Amino acid sequence: MISTMECAVDAQSLISMSLMKIHNSRTQRGGIKLHKNLLVSYVLRNARQVYIKEKYAEIYRMQQYEEVMTVCNEIQELNPLDLDAEDTDDEEQTRAACCGEEASLCDAACQRGAAQPEAHARTASALLSGCPIEDGGKEPEPSDYRSCCMEASPLSHFDQFPALQDRHCNKTTVLDLDTHVVTTVENGYLYQDCCCDALQCGQGAQSPAKKRKVEFGCCISEVEEISDFTAARKRAKREDCSYSNPEYTDTSNISNLISIFGSGFSGLLSRQTDLEQICSKQALASLGAWTRAIVAF
Amino acid sequence: MGEDTDATPTLNHHGFLPDHNYVTEADIISTVEFNHTGELLATGDKGGRVVIFQREPESKTEPFSQGEYNVYSTFQSHEPEFDYLKSLEIEEKINKIRWLPQQNAAQFLLSTNDKTIKLWKVSERDKRPEGYNLKDEEGRIKDICTVTSLQVPVLKPMDLMVEVSPRRVFANAHTYHVNSISVNSDYETYMSADDLRINLWHLDITDRSFNIVDIKPANMEDLTEVITAAEFHPHHCNLFVYSSSKGTLRLCDMREAALCDKHSKFFSEIISSVSDVKFSHSGRYLLTRDYLTAKVWDLNMESKPLETYQVHDYLRSKLCSLYENDCIFDKFECAWNGSDSVIMTGAYNNFFRMFDRNTKRDVTLEASRESSKPRAVLKPRRVCAAGGKRRKDDISVDSLDFTKKILHTAWHPTENIIAIAATNNLYIFQDKLNSEMH
Repeated sequence: MISTMECAVDAQSLISMSLMKIHNSRTQRGGIKLHKNLLVSYVLRNARQVYIKEKYAEIYRMQQYEEVMTVCNEIQELNPLDLDAEDTDDEEQTRAACCGEEASLCDAACQRGAAQPEAHARTASALLSGCPIEDGGKEPEPSDYRSCCMEASPLSHFDQFPALQDRHCNKTTVLDLDTHVVTTVENGYLYQDCCCDALQCGQGAQSPAKKRKVEFGCCISEVEEISDFTAARKRAKREDCSYSNPEYTDTSNISNLISIFGSGFSGLLSRQTDLEQICSKQALASLGAWTRAIVAF
Repeated sequence: MGEDTDATPTLNHHGFLPDHNYVTEADIISTVEFNHTGELLATGDKGGRVVIFQREPESKTEPFSQGEYNVYSTFQSHEPEFDYLKSLEIEEKINKIRWLPQQNAAQFLLSTNDKTIKLWKVSERDKRPEGYNLKDEEGRIKDICTVTSLQVPVLKPMDLMVEVSPRRVFANAHTYHVNSISVNSDYETYMSADDLRINLWHLDITDRSFNIVDIKPANMEDLTEVITAAEFHPHHCNLFVYSSSKGTLRLCDMREAALCDKHSKFFSEIISSVSDVKFSHSGRYLLTRDYLTAKVWDLNMESKPLETYQVHDYLRSKLCSLYENDCIFDKFECAWNGSDSVIMTGAYNNFFRMFDRNTKRDVTLEASRESSKPRAVLKPRRVCAAGGKRRKDDISVDSLDFTKKILHTAWHPTENIIAIAATNNLYIFQDKLNSEMH
């Protein structure tokens, strides 16, 4: 008797279930069933939207905390009259902090999300090995994303977040079934530099390179003023901040696959949330190659 | 509701062990269809076989045995094939059977698997010629010297033999999986529908068909819906309907009905996908089935259905589990009774449901060996919420067996006889007394 106990209706499990179904459909007798795969892709899209929204909410909460902490620290440490001198000193440390932040936050976020990393990785690699991918990395300008992260008003830039990519995939070798070209894709997928990573740039509370004291007794009334100011200052630095994260892992995870299958049948794009429409056309165009894998007959 | 026999051993001798839950997959019934008079009932299964049942004529001596269905003929309709170009195996499962209206002594039916439609002629032979001059009884040529006199061969009665022969094979017209066939009221043409296209055929011409609907997008990545079922109008030979996975119905030509219900944030598309569509006998209404409901539509009213019947709304909270075990993809069929006053559809746990459109009453019945001894009266069943107050014989939602699903049902065109396919068993129920269901 099939159990009808309610499974955890969370986006993560639906995403992994859907991917397994798509994978299994390739070996089903009678060929790929178009109708069923179409319905599964709808579930995948819906679950992805929920997953991303949840992630954004989480990141946003964390970001708010980090911003407050950073501003408090900087009130403590910055002398407003010595800005130029400090710029050069802080630039490198900021960059390191940025990368460090990315790594630690990415890890934290992904560990929360990836309940069964091995299973997902197997699925992911199985899918990836069968999927054609567009040649090379058409990577959008990192500055496009990062600059939009540092609007003065946290609310407005929350609304403008493009689709979330928590984690970087380090390297994948794929065979494009259309052109028969073998491609090694490094540094992950196309909107991996989306803002959650950039968010934390410069928030050095946990930076290994530069330890800052965490002070809670800062003055609230000055926080916003200072944050605007420091945001503007940091914007220029951040564009140099590399997103090649030294702490990549070897396995893809569900976040990657969400982005891969994210647009599903890209005709669904028009119904996606505003969040995702900010994604560059390039990023989405490359997903077309992946979706061909689903519909290939 | 009354009684009647269930499947004869012919259907399940291939491995069904009554004491165990083991079922040979090839025996799973995949389609059920009465012919236009209701005298014949055809079933198709996953193994590519077709079994035809015939109703016994009423007997004056044994009034209660009137109208029982017995096996009439069995034949292998489709075999598994291999598409070498695409490296795909083509399943032999019979997706649909449709009878042609009878025009002479023989019966004709169309059967289809995922790719190929076949026209079969079913004819009876109950006489054979005897007394040949040049052949002996066994058919061997006689030595001409032994022939001393001439006789006229005479037709002598013999045991009834049913012969089934393939008359047409309509192949190579579908890229995607065929889900429906429907015979036109002109009795000359029929249509076949796959996920993205509908083709119109002439029954006598096998080497070409006309494409009448094509919803394949220029770029497959833009695909958002597929065709799920199609049927010709029973009287107007120019009208047909097709349903889509988005829950829309399109009456061709030009009329269109849309449905959009948002149920849950994850599964709204799946549960609004229409799995079956049937014209009423009158041709005035359409009956559609999606995962949780059955809806009656008036052809004159596009905006919304005339009536909506909740088939098993208690599943709404279970959609995630049903997605996990693939049950959410089950395609239930639906049926009208002869007078279009009652609609019927299947559910899980071998339950099937009937809704009376006039009295608004509904009943849930079960097709099972235990509850279906011959002549037994079916007991109405009830599904109650988990932990809810239960009467005797009620069953809780959590105890439902989702492996026992009734996907295929058929209603006799004029009488209250229904055929219910429960996995690999066929149940035929008859209403001997005028029940309240009329």
